[in-house]
Amino acid sequence: MIVELGHFALTLALALSLVQAAAPLAGTTLGDHRLMAVAGPTAMAAFLMTALSFAALMASYAASDFSVANVYANSHSLQPMIFKLTSVWGNHEGSMLLWALILTLFGALVALFGGNLPERLRANVIAVQGVVGVAFFLFLLLTSNPFARLDPAPIEGEDLNPILQDFGLAVHPPLLYLGYVGYSICFAFAVAALIDGKLDAAWARWVRPWTMAAWIFLTLGIAMGSYWAYYELGWGGFWFWDPVENASFMPWLAGTALLHSAIVMEKREALKIWTVLLAIIAFSFSLLGTFLVRSGVLTSVHAFATDPARGVFILAILVIFIGGSLALFALRAQTLNAGGLFHPISREGALVFNNLILVTAAATVFVGTLYPLFLEAIDGSKISVGAPFFNLTFGALAAPLLIAVPFGPMMAWKRGDLFAATQRLFAALGGALAIGALVMLFVDRNALFAALGAALAAWLLLGAVSDLVLRAGLSKGASVSWSRLKGLPNSVYGTALGHAGLGLTVLGMAMTSALQEERILAMKTGESVEVAGYRLDFKAYEPTQGPNFTEDRALFDLTGTGGEALGEIFAGKRVYQARRMPTTESGIRTFGFSQLYVSLGDPQDNGGIAVRIWWKPFVTLIWIGGVVMALGGLVSLADRRLRVGAPAARRKPVAVVQ
Amino acid sequence: MSRTLLSGLRAALLAAAVVIVAPAFAVSPEEVLADPALEARARAISAELRCLVCQNQSIDDSDADLAGDLRRLVRERLLSGDSDEEVIAFLVSRYGEFVLLKPQFSNRNLLLWATPAIALLAGGAFALFAARRRKPAPTALTPEESAALDDLLKRVDDV
Repeated sequence: MIVELGHFALTLALALSLVQAAAPLAGTTLGDHRLMAVAGPTAMAAFLMTALSFAALMASYAASDFSVANVYANSHSLQPMIFKLTSVWGNHEGSMLLWALILTLFGALVALFGGNLPERLRANVIAVQGVVGVAFFLFLLLTSNPFARLDPAPIEGEDLNPILQDFGLAVHPPLLYLGYVGYSICFAFAVAALIDGKLDAAWARWVRPWTMAAWIFLTLGIAMGSYWAYYELGWGGFWFWDPVENASFMPWLAGTALLHSAIVMEKREALKIWTVLLAIIAFSFSLLGTFLVRSGVLTSVHAFATDPARGVFILAILVIFIGGSLALFALRAQTLNAGGLFHPISREGALVFNNLILVTAAATVFVGTLYPLFLEAIDGSKISVGAPFFNLTFGALAAPLLIAVPFGPMMAWKRGDLFAATQRLFAALGGALAIGALVMLFVDRNALFAALGAALAAWLLLGAVSDLVLRAGLSKGASVSWSRLKGLPNSVYGTALGHAGLGLTVLGMAMTSALQEERILAMKTGESVEVAGYRLDFKAYEPTQGPNFTEDRALFDLTGTGGEALGEIFAGKRVYQARRMPTTESGIRTFGFSQLYVSLGDPQDNGGIAVRIWWKPFVTLIWIGGVVMALGGLVSLADRRLRVGAPAARRKPVAVVQ
Repeated sequence: MSRTLLSGLRAALLAAAVVIVAPAFAVSPEEVLADPALEARARAISAELRCLVCQNQSIDDSDADLAGDLRRLVRERLLSGDSDEEVIAFLVSRYGEFVLLKPQFSNRNLLLWATPAIALLAGGAFALFAARRRKPAPTALTPEESAALDDLLKRVDDV
């Protein structure tokens, strides 16, 4: 009964989305206020129906109702409750339902908080959101119904893919989808602006926080996914340039560009047309990502649910939305006034440079990801494009951008002074070079990459600090500095945190890639090995039993660099009973920002077992940096100036500066 | 810097640490060559080669049987005195370009390799064009005006 209710609610959500798409658009065309007013309540009702549907699916998972085909294929009665619940989106149908849930959530949020938007803009935005909703509800109901029943009902489920039976599944997909789908709002705003041919200050003020919110979630989602892959897959790598990773990275790059161009638009009324185009591009990449992951067109480690027939449906969605919005853009972009003049050497110019590189990087990742497919379609030849290609091309593009980052906030709007900005960054430059040299002192020429990476990271971090220090004006005395720091707008702190987080991530990547230590050996119990000064004594190798798996667990006694006992570290190999599928459980111990990582391989002929141990210096900074970046976004989002309709802070006219 | 890092740095040197971004779950102990320099080369080459039966994994990352065979093949060729390029050329002649994770520079791959340059140039040209078109005829500031402006800008920067 609950299942049928869920199915029925999903159908109702489709019907509501149809109304949500049609009525407000008719209203804005006819100038009928009553039709425009339909937008808000319908969007909220569509969200409620989708939420009901999602709750129904979750309830069938919680109850292990194997008469539902989706539950049967992706759950098992012995799974712990948390994994039963996260299994809801650990499969194709459920994750598409989550997609739709988040889409309608954002639509409802615009309806809820959009009271102070211009009436026509609000109606159009919600309508566009409704059109996207219609496409995805149709997709769900026609090709991916999560509520299909089985008769007779099987006794036991087939279990969730063991790799996904992890806390990571509880966090990573929802965050990622909040980011992906969050860009649909920016897209809806862009299309609404094109429909009306009108772009005003309210538009930019609205788009920036939505972009920021989506970007925060996407950043956290990617960082979380990277850490999950790092500890779960047992390879110790943090980024594989897998097509599915690229699928999430492209919207991130485009979204980061959008975030920056929206600043220019908000403050200077420049780059308007470009910002609209970027908003369309960012959501297009999100749709493309959904297509790549869901259609299985690119085989990859993430292809846990693939079906070419569905691929054709998503491809059609892709073509209609991207093609349609770009055509609309081509038709209507001329009606938008460009506005805003600036010198190339200026804050605007720096942000244009940022956009140029980020969009080029996104294009490079895009072409690299799809090129094998393209070649195969043209002449049937097969090539591979993997990590070595992306590291080279992306690295070459990222380096100049990273060098330019600290200059950005130092530049004045409209017309900046590069020389003066350089002078103000002398301390940061000196510090960065010193740190690079320090790394070189301990490591010879082979570690040039580590030295350059450390210097670049220090440049980003010190550059962010310099910005705050200079704005505080340290020469003017502590109390003046303090009151100035307090008076700085949140966006200044957001920028500094965002750029510093980038520096932390760069530092973690450079140190881990260049300086990690690795041991691969066959060990028997009683033997010991030393890695990076830590000694591991192989104490025992014993079978253990989990709720739905058996695990062979290797226990090591860990001794520190000074001979102090550090307790145990254990790594395991699991076999999940339902699928007979083995997984690795890495043993990880964190020391400061660095980690010791132990992973088990296969039993060896001589009776030992293959053990791989890595010392990964500063590896956690990779993800901490991501969290700091997201924190920067959050701080910036809390800026009251972004809240349209909030009483404007005009007590201090000075605060208008920056 | 922590002591563990410093000892880590030193130890990394001594062990001739392999500079690979995503190291192996896959390389098994009996495959490892005795000569650390040769082993480092083998690892670096392995990271560039695709495990043909896997999905986007290098032979260095994969624990598939074929990947193991290819890893042993790479090491055999290195032991017999091949240069890195010769080893890679040998594998390409055997398995085709598909085995390379970084495609060759060739006419067929022109678009792939040229994308960053094309995008940069096109984007830069577009930005310049847009800036030109937007700009009205510039009128130079008088010295007094520019001095006043500089003063203002300076004040703005100090805030």
